[in-house]
Amino acid sequence: MKPFGYERATDPQAAATLVADSTGAVYLAGGTNLVDLMKLGVTEPALLVDITGLPYDSVEHRPDGGVLIGALVPGSRLAGDPGIRERFPALAEALLSGASGQLRTVATTGGNLLQRTRCVYFQDVTKPCNKRRPETGCSAVQGLHRDLAVLGTSDFCVAGHPSDMAVALAALDAVVHLRRVKGSARTVPLNGFYLLPGDTPHRETVLQPGDLITGVELPPPPEGAAMSYRKVRDRWSYAFALVSVAAVVATEADGTLREIRLGLGGVGARPWRAREAERLLTGRQPTEERLREAARAEFASARPLPQNAFKIDLAVDVITAAVRDLVGGQRR
Amino acid sequence: MTTLQRTVGAEVTRVEGREKVTGAALYAYEYPVPDALYAWAVQSTVPRGTVRAVDTVAALSLPGVVAVLDSRNVTRLRPTDTPELAVLQSPEVAYRGQIVAAVVADTFETARQAAAAVRVEYDVDDHDAELMDGDPRIFVPETVNGGYPGHAETGDVEAALAAAPVVLDATYTTPPEHTATMEPHATIAVWDGDTLTLYNGDQAPWMTAARVAELFGLPEGAVRIVADHTGGGFGSKAIPRPPTVLAALAARAVGRPVKVAATRQQMFTMVSYRTPTLQRIRLGAERDGRLTAIWHDALQQSSTLTPYCEQTVTCTRVMYAARHRRTTHRLAQLDVPTPSWMRAPGEAPGMFALESAMDELAVALGMDPIDLRVANEPSVDPGTGHPFSSRNLVACLREGAARFGWAGRDPAPGRRREGEWLLGTGVAACNYPALTWPSTANARVEPGGGFTVRIAAADMGTGARTALTQVAADELGVEIDRVTLDIGRSAYGQAPWAGGSMGLSSWGWAVSKACRALTKRLDEVSGAIPPGGLEERADTAEDVEARRAFSRHAYGAQFAEVRVDAVTGQVRVDRLLGMFAAGRVINPRTAGSQLRGGMCMGLSMALHENLEPDPRFGDFANHDLATYHIAASADVRDVQAHWLEETDDELNPMGSKGIGELGIVGTAAAIANAVYHATGVRVRDLPITVERVRAGPPAGPSAGLSAGPSAR
Repeated sequence: MKPFGYERATDPQAAATLVADSTGAVYLAGGTNLVDLMKLGVTEPALLVDITGLPYDSVEHRPDGGVLIGALVPGSRLAGDPGIRERFPALAEALLSGASGQLRTVATTGGNLLQRTRCVYFQDVTKPCNKRRPETGCSAVQGLHRDLAVLGTSDFCVAGHPSDMAVALAALDAVVHLRRVKGSARTVPLNGFYLLPGDTPHRETVLQPGDLITGVELPPPPEGAAMSYRKVRDRWSYAFALVSVAAVVATEADGTLREIRLGLGGVGARPWRAREAERLLTGRQPTEERLREAARAEFASARPLPQNAFKIDLAVDVITAAVRDLVGGQRR
Repeated sequence: MTTLQRTVGAEVTRVEGREKVTGAALYAYEYPVPDALYAWAVQSTVPRGTVRAVDTVAALSLPGVVAVLDSRNVTRLRPTDTPELAVLQSPEVAYRGQIVAAVVADTFETARQAAAAVRVEYDVDDHDAELMDGDPRIFVPETVNGGYPGHAETGDVEAALAAAPVVLDATYTTPPEHTATMEPHATIAVWDGDTLTLYNGDQAPWMTAARVAELFGLPEGAVRIVADHTGGGFGSKAIPRPPTVLAALAARAVGRPVKVAATRQQMFTMVSYRTPTLQRIRLGAERDGRLTAIWHDALQQSSTLTPYCEQTVTCTRVMYAARHRRTTHRLAQLDVPTPSWMRAPGEAPGMFALESAMDELAVALGMDPIDLRVANEPSVDPGTGHPFSSRNLVACLREGAARFGWAGRDPAPGRRREGEWLLGTGVAACNYPALTWPSTANARVEPGGGFTVRIAAADMGTGARTALTQVAADELGVEIDRVTLDIGRSAYGQAPWAGGSMGLSSWGWAVSKACRALTKRLDEVSGAIPPGGLEERADTAEDVEARRAFSRHAYGAQFAEVRVDAVTGQVRVDRLLGMFAAGRVINPRTAGSQLRGGMCMGLSMALHENLEPDPRFGDFANHDLATYHIAASADVRDVQAHWLEETDDELNPMGSKGIGELGIVGTAAAIANAVYHATGVRVRDLPITVERVRAGPPAGPSAGLSAGPSAR
């Protein structure tokens, strides 16, 4: 771990200026992932700009049913927010299924979006990793990749995005609010926020140097929608998803799917929005067979590896069960 | 005077409980040693080769760095039978993660930073770190851990299998696992002339002192261990590990006290892990269930440094009667870190295989798995022919079954459902040797009437200090609060380790003997304690030696109730019930805690723990607690441990058998057997992951579960 500077930002402009003016400066919020990576030598920032004093820590519910979540709202508070629990239960469930109570108390909404992959090779500086050090090679393809992604991967990188929260946000059509270095505001849909690895897996998001996440906006959920977050993992708490599904479903009186949105975790290089499955299901009756076919179609482009090929069948089963339970009025 | 309460058998609360929960209890790294420096290990990044050069310029240029050590500038150690302790003694690299250099600096942070700046160049040799059956280098060791024979054979097992009307032949695997103690391996080394004090997380203060003295060529007694509290050991702190030796070497080199604490990541290669096992079991049986043949073969790994071979098939030598038997360990020495003891070494993986096989045989026979075990109950130890000092396996199975609600169980798999869940139950037997080693102890009374008992025992959270206080109080015939029980110091004299579940039986005997001698002295002086007090020392070497030949083991029956998600294959253990027979229980509170803790470790072994070897690199790909899973609180629901009253006069004065590891043994098999009962899927490879449950026959929705709601 290298020595680093630490500054506590008192206002957004001061924070942006500090980060823009020094090489190797990064924002520090909860630090639950960043500090670990610093200890491991995976990232070696010269300066941490602590933004926890900035005014992005409220949950503002809007009259139209939407909500703006401040970037510094910790996961525990967001999961316990009555409006979130009532109108966006899939988000509350996703948050509570992730990390541990201690981590959720500290980890922030903005930081959660920027979590790095838990690929074991990314975190081990003695081994090659294209994401950590471009053009050194990928150790995971021929090595341990059970927990890694099957969708959106490339020959250069098969890392998965670890967030549960972001999977729910993907299904909820979240919009990320940014503050540019000069102070202007910019919004990016969550589903356009992450870059696929391609041949540049070290580039993970559309953020420009100095951009600061200020919040995440959720539009009102579809009228009459039911939603859930279902996570499959190796133990019943404190484990990343093998497969997770955030499902938002609204049906017509005759049972056809008026709107369906599916976010997938544990399978994608980014929080995965299952657009193909949604397309095949929208306006249709959600029969068991059709659900299964649509879910499978989402994985037509999957690149399974020996240890994680099981995730495709598992995801098909979980998507099918999750939607079936929602249209059947069952919540697990 | 009120009537004296006997405390053995009473639920005495931990004597150091308040100290621990208030944070006052000191662990090794926390001793306030003035003027200490910090050492940080540089670990090999190649699995095999020779260090060609160590570039220390960048490290030494950092302010606060005092020294960079490598094989050229540290004290020469004496040859050792534990070669991984020959830290920095040669430029040879035998495994990835081996200590090849170290930085000593004035702060922890500087040491860490400087260690990252040390550049090590290697001449790299080809390596082989992959355990493969059929490797021509595999051999059968003469003896294995614990001194047991590597191979044992009676009768003609092959002919018996050929003639048996029912034969089971199955292969089971267990992965490498890591002790992952909460307290990392930590040491403060302080030299005073040729005397060395080590504040050390330690399961064996006296044995560690002797071993370190030998390493440094010092006389006995020149090394002192202070280990008042140890934050878990599970075998990994039963002998010194490389970080301890590094601390002593570094302190010697710089002439100041040095502190070393392994990081969680470093722990995974620097300290012991459990070998992976590949076990083939063949059972031959008559149609009534009586076994005619038992054949258990286990392939395991060690490093090129030490042919450590875990005693994985020894439990099979004890468990069941059969005329024809063969039990064999096979070992491959690879370019890997050295495995060592971990949580019931041998018994835990061995009994997973044997007790899974017994369940499979019961299914094949259409017989209740408890009845099958009862039908094969031996009258004497089938391996040695010795009589049992006591053996209450059948009683544990029967009583456990009654408490668990086993009666009326439908043996058919995959039949019970609750919504999306498939339900099942399973049983397995367990055993663990009741070991006792010689020990010494001192008992002393002051003129004021206060008693102090001293013994180089260790308490790594087990409750040993409390139980020994109870033994002492009863033997002295005084209330427990008049006895101070000091442990954790090598200076208290020869004593065995908190290992092999032998601690309380071994130490308790010495404490009991010393206290009895002191009581006698007090009687002789009619209670008139001289100004200097009275002191008696006891040594149980002759007493232990004089014991008759018996097969001494604790036994038990493990019951598990599980539910398996029919959609996903996730397993949830709703209930564990262990019924044990382990001699006399000294302290039901701490004993229950130990047994339940052991069962949780067995659960963790069944469902979670899995080190992933990466033969390309020669280490384990996962090396932190985010990727090496141990059961979390949410995984542990209803866990009950019960025991039978068991009297055994052939053990020790307390009549106790060790219980530290008994609860671990058999649990994984009980869970795997319950998963089979729930789903019809037999998982023979640990841990029981969703893909293994889903992959097993018969076919389910997309991949494997029977009776899924969405079956195609």
